[in-house]
Amino acid sequence: MDAPYRWKPVTVRSQYKGGITIKRYTSTVLLIILLAVLSVWSLFIGVLDIDPANLFSGDLEQIEIFLISRLPRLLAILCTGVGMSVAGLIMQQLCMNKFVSPTTGATISSAQFGILMALLFMPRSTLWGRAVFAFVFAVLGTWIFVWFIQRIQFKDVVMVPLVGIMFGNIISGVTNYFAYKYDMTQALSTWLVGHFNMVLRGRYEIVYLVVPLVIIAFIYANHFNIVGMGKDFSENLGVHYNFVLFMGLTIAAMITASVVVVVGSVSYIGLIVPNLVAMFKGDKIRGALIDTALFGSIFVLVCDMIGRVVIFPYELPIELIIGIVGSLVFIVMLLYRLNHGRKAVRLGGKPGPNVSTMEGGVEA
Amino acid sequence: MKIKDLTKKYDGRAVVDSVSFEIPKGKVLSLIGPNGAGKSTVMGMISRLIARDSGLVDFEGKDISKWKSKELAKRLAILTQTNNVQMKLTVQELVTFGRFPYSGGRVTPEDEAIIQKALDYMELGAVKDQFIDELSGGQRQRAYIAMVIAQDTEYVLLDEPTNNLDIYHASNMMKIVRRLCDELGKTVILVLHEINYAAFYSDYICAFKDGKICRFGTVEEVMTKENLSEIYNVDFEIMEIEGKPLSIYY
Repeated sequence: MDAPYRWKPVTVRSQYKGGITIKRYTSTVLLIILLAVLSVWSLFIGVLDIDPANLFSGDLEQIEIFLISRLPRLLAILCTGVGMSVAGLIMQQLCMNKFVSPTTGATISSAQFGILMALLFMPRSTLWGRAVFAFVFAVLGTWIFVWFIQRIQFKDVVMVPLVGIMFGNIISGVTNYFAYKYDMTQALSTWLVGHFNMVLRGRYEIVYLVVPLVIIAFIYANHFNIVGMGKDFSENLGVHYNFVLFMGLTIAAMITASVVVVVGSVSYIGLIVPNLVAMFKGDKIRGALIDTALFGSIFVLVCDMIGRVVIFPYELPIELIIGIVGSLVFIVMLLYRLNHGRKAVRLGGKPGPNVSTMEGGVEA
Repeated sequence: MKIKDLTKKYDGRAVVDSVSFEIPKGKVLSLIGPNGAGKSTVMGMISRLIARDSGLVDFEGKDISKWKSKELAKRLAILTQTNNVQMKLTVQELVTFGRFPYSGGRVTPEDEAIIQKALDYMELGAVKDQFIDELSGGQRQRAYIAMVIAQDTEYVLLDEPTNNLDIYHASNMMKIVRRLCDELGKTVILVLHEINYAAFYSDYICAFKDGKICRFGTVEEVMTKENLSEIYNVDFEIMEIEGKPLSIYY
């Protein structure tokens, strides 16, 4: 895969950097190609056969299906994958915990609670009205969760996501209680289990909000990284810890909410994808964010394609497929961690000279 | 840098009780004292990490709380032991953060040169692409020091830099501290537990006891049998080695 780089002039500094630069971008290029191929392929999976030849020869009916259903679906899938994985990446960095994600940080359940509140108090609300409710509740829920874990100062990594899961379940419980009480379970079910078959032109565009939010996240990537190193570390570098922490969480919560409003709950992505990518790319957000986003959308796309094909012509909700695939990947990941610790998986050759020979190289 | 009547209370109990002293410029100053004497809290307050209850910290003619955090980050660096060590950052990425107060996320060629110099100075060139969580304790500590060097501040504050290091790496760390002062002209303030490191490698010692300054002076002035016995409530013998007063206690 080094071929695309052959034309790239090797710069002055590259005597020890060049090799790494090429390796560093190989994964990104591979992911882009894979995503492009899968995207095009996915456009032609569905109950109604769409033929590329007909499409280009101007078959109006087919073009219409393509524009109303297939293309929006693909774009929604891409936004979901990008959004949920980047939201997970930000939350993990800011909370300094690899098991925190929109699912285990009570963000998704808070967004669902917000949607229920919108359905209850503003029955005639538009998608945008519900989105506002989902935003507010998701942000508040995430803030409360993080405020709480900061207060308690858990020493154990596993305690944080456990508390998040419990907190999320409490919110879900309340949501379900109100849904039963006011006979809303039917209406709410759309947002409980994530699925893409309701994605049609005109009722999914909110999910595009993911794009500017992810761009903001990319711009402030270094701030998030520094905050992830700890409070003293960030204050030393002149970064306002609390401000960046809560801004970052707000962005992550808003990304999550815009996905939940359109698609429903999509779990696991925010947990698995950032962890998998970090195994290869490290925790520097600037370096890992694009790969995380690409890999996240590939993951969702593949799961959606499986869901569309398995019981064709019917389809399974994305949440179900992701649940199965995601938990398998998660178990493999945990086992790998148990055997190898958090050692990085190196794509680019050996990790340099032996560590022990470098010991104490400094003598006065 | 002048400190006046610095006080910090936790639950009504004064952990630091009207402490006043002046930090000698271009020298190494060690803060020593028994556990809970308040030395780390003083360090936190003079570096704006911990809010004080009363008193003044005059930094270059302006109270430390009046400084913009980013401006202060160009003049004063503090390294504590509370960093997230799980983070998978390479040594180079970590050191690059030292330039953050200057250029934010955008690294200029000038920054690049400074980062390279800091890496070379700490002899980290060979491990610069390794993740910090894969390094040994001594190397990781050097990586953090390299970041502080890249931060290019006049004042460097180190909270127990020899913590968790074995004797070999701890004495290396102290030699680095000496070089920061002698070669790079920095004012270094340390919190130390090992009094002999303080005696051998610093110029001044400030000894704390019960939230107050017990002794402040040059190494020779503070390192006497009587002073140390009073500070630590343990019997001491002083021996002169290489012209420095070192202590023996048991």
